Amino acid sequence: MTAAAAPPAAPAPTPGDPAADRPRRTAAARVRRALARPGTGALAGAIAVYVLFWAVAPPFRQLDSLATVLYQSSTLGIMAVAVALLMIGGEFDLSAGVAVITSALTASMVAFQFTLNVWSGVLAALVLSLAVGAFNGFLLVRTRLPSFLVTLATFLMLQGLNIALTKAVTGNVATDSIRDMAGFDQAEAVFSSSIGIGGTQLRVTVLWWLGFAALASWVLLRTRYGSWVFAVGGDAASARAAGVPVTFVRITLFMTVGLAAWFVGMHHLFAFNTVQSGGGVGNELLYIAAAVIGGCLLTGGYGSIAGPVVGAFLFGMASQGIVYADWEPDWFSFFLGAMLLLAVLLNLWIRRQATRR
Amino acid sequence: MTTDPTPDATPDAALVELRGAGVSYGPVRALHGVDLRVLPGRVSCVLGDNGAGKSTLIKVVSGLHRHTEGELRIDGRPVRLASPRQAMDLGIATVHQDLATLPLMPVWRNFFLARELTRGRGPFQRLDIPRMKRVADEELRAMGIALDDLDQPVGSLSGGQRQSVAIARAVHFGARVLVLDEPTAALGVKQSGVVLRHVAAARERGLGVVLVTHNPHHAHLVGDHFTVLRLGTVELSADRDAVTLPELTEHMAGGADLDALRHELGTPAHQNRSTER
Repeated sequence: MTAAAAPPAAPAPTPGDPAADRPRRTAAARVRRALARPGTGALAGAIAVYVLFWAVAPPFRQLDSLATVLYQSSTLGIMAVAVALLMIGGEFDLSAGVAVITSALTASMVAFQFTLNVWSGVLAALVLSLAVGAFNGFLLVRTRLPSFLVTLATFLMLQGLNIALTKAVTGNVATDSIRDMAGFDQAEAVFSSSIGIGGTQLRVTVLWWLGFAALASWVLLRTRYGSWVFAVGGDAASARAAGVPVTFVRITLFMTVGLAAWFVGMHHLFAFNTVQSGGGVGNELLYIAAAVIGGCLLTGGYGSIAGPVVGAFLFGMASQGIVYADWEPDWFSFFLGAMLLLAVLLNLWIRRQATRR
Repeated sequence: MTTDPTPDATPDAALVELRGAGVSYGPVRALHGVDLRVLPGRVSCVLGDNGAGKSTLIKVVSGLHRHTEGELRIDGRPVRLASPRQAMDLGIATVHQDLATLPLMPVWRNFFLARELTRGRGPFQRLDIPRMKRVADEELRAMGIALDDLDQPVGSLSGGQRQSVAIARAVHFGARVLVLDEPTAALGVKQSGVVLRHVAAARERGLGVVLVTHNPHHAHLVGDHFTVLRLGTVELSADRDAVTLPELTEHMAGGADLDALRHELGTPAHQNRSTER
């Protein structure tokens, strides 16, 4: 029972016998349990990539570069946090990428067309984003179709709506600039300002990202809701039999993704003033990739928030590092794909090592 | 066909009672006219072959399905259970064969799933993890399972231990009725013994136990009353002193049907008697 230097052999108790039903927790087992944490593979990968770019790209070493990398990571990372929660709960959301643009378009057009304070648009976008999430969740629960299909449908519908409605309303594929509208500066301060820290400019989204991640991690690990998320993702039927409100958990998880999409959409809007209606396509897969690199199981029931945070940071480093290293940017996607594959294989290997008995 | 478990039992003593209960899935009648009484401190065994209606019966009692005919009475009051949660609130805890625990979740989270202990209020309400681990550890030790690491996933435990965790959880949360669905089906002889000991212990604590199994040997070890289901109806309902193990096995195996089959195949009776299946 004590962590004495016993052989690393995992417990193989003679089942049924109380005295033998007592697994020994050795030091080696402890280390293995630590290695089996969902984010270990991502962390190892992040360190390797950081060292790589530090070595080959001198500009990468500057503090400004780190701020840029963090900014890149944050917009992806905020979504990855919500998507990771959803994946731990056992579902996908393929509509998450275009939902960001839907949110930005809504806020922009509502404010511009009705000449309202931009905060009215922000609020309208919030309501719509939560509604899209609730719609996804509701469809999933009612039809019992896989979330892959349900959100694929939502993805296509939103993509079409984004472009068609924007064209119908503005006569253009992009929205009009809301730069000079009432409340813009305020909203920009919240969603897209920069803060001078240590001689460099840090985008506020980085702080929001880390804040959201800390909150999500606390909810996941320290609240009843978090336990339910693990349970629903692990086995929804078992969770329901135990008394977990499965429907509630599923719908609120999709709404959480909606909330994150709203926030990132607002950042997008107040960072660029206008929104291209065709954007966002493909990003949903990056969110999922960041979560998977971070150790979340595709099948649900297992994962963390810290892992996807590191996963998003890996993506940020790769996308900026390639620029700083002066490589062909065409290699970016290949690099990301290779990284994903390596991270997944590493996670798999670590988990096999750790759960070997 | 009617149940009369003990002569001295008043009709109101049953914790859970089925009266002519049945379930139909569309045109398919999965269960029909079933009577069952669950009394405190008694083990009611429900036996039957595959497809006999055992699972359906459990689903009715545990709130996963609603009965479509007859009555389900809890403490003498007719009810229709809307959810497993409601069944639990009424003191009926079910340990499902394959829904008992979540393999990827730590032992303590499994133990308290949907019944988590918390501290703090409102948005600051959070899990009281040290207390949950302590209580889970005490309850498991009381059942003879000492785990040093309650953070280990339930999936790393043996089958018997997993069943024990599920039973300990049910007992801890004030179950008055413990429904066990095939608790020994996937277990070896020794682990089955552990689980059957838990069943006996639960009976000693005054719980009403419903033990569903297709193993008449296990049933006869701990059962006080036996109900054999066949094709959705009650084939036999008898107290322990009214039925012997070979008789029970015979009914399990199909009774009259088996005799007909034996006759058809021309097999001497003694070769098939009292063997399982």
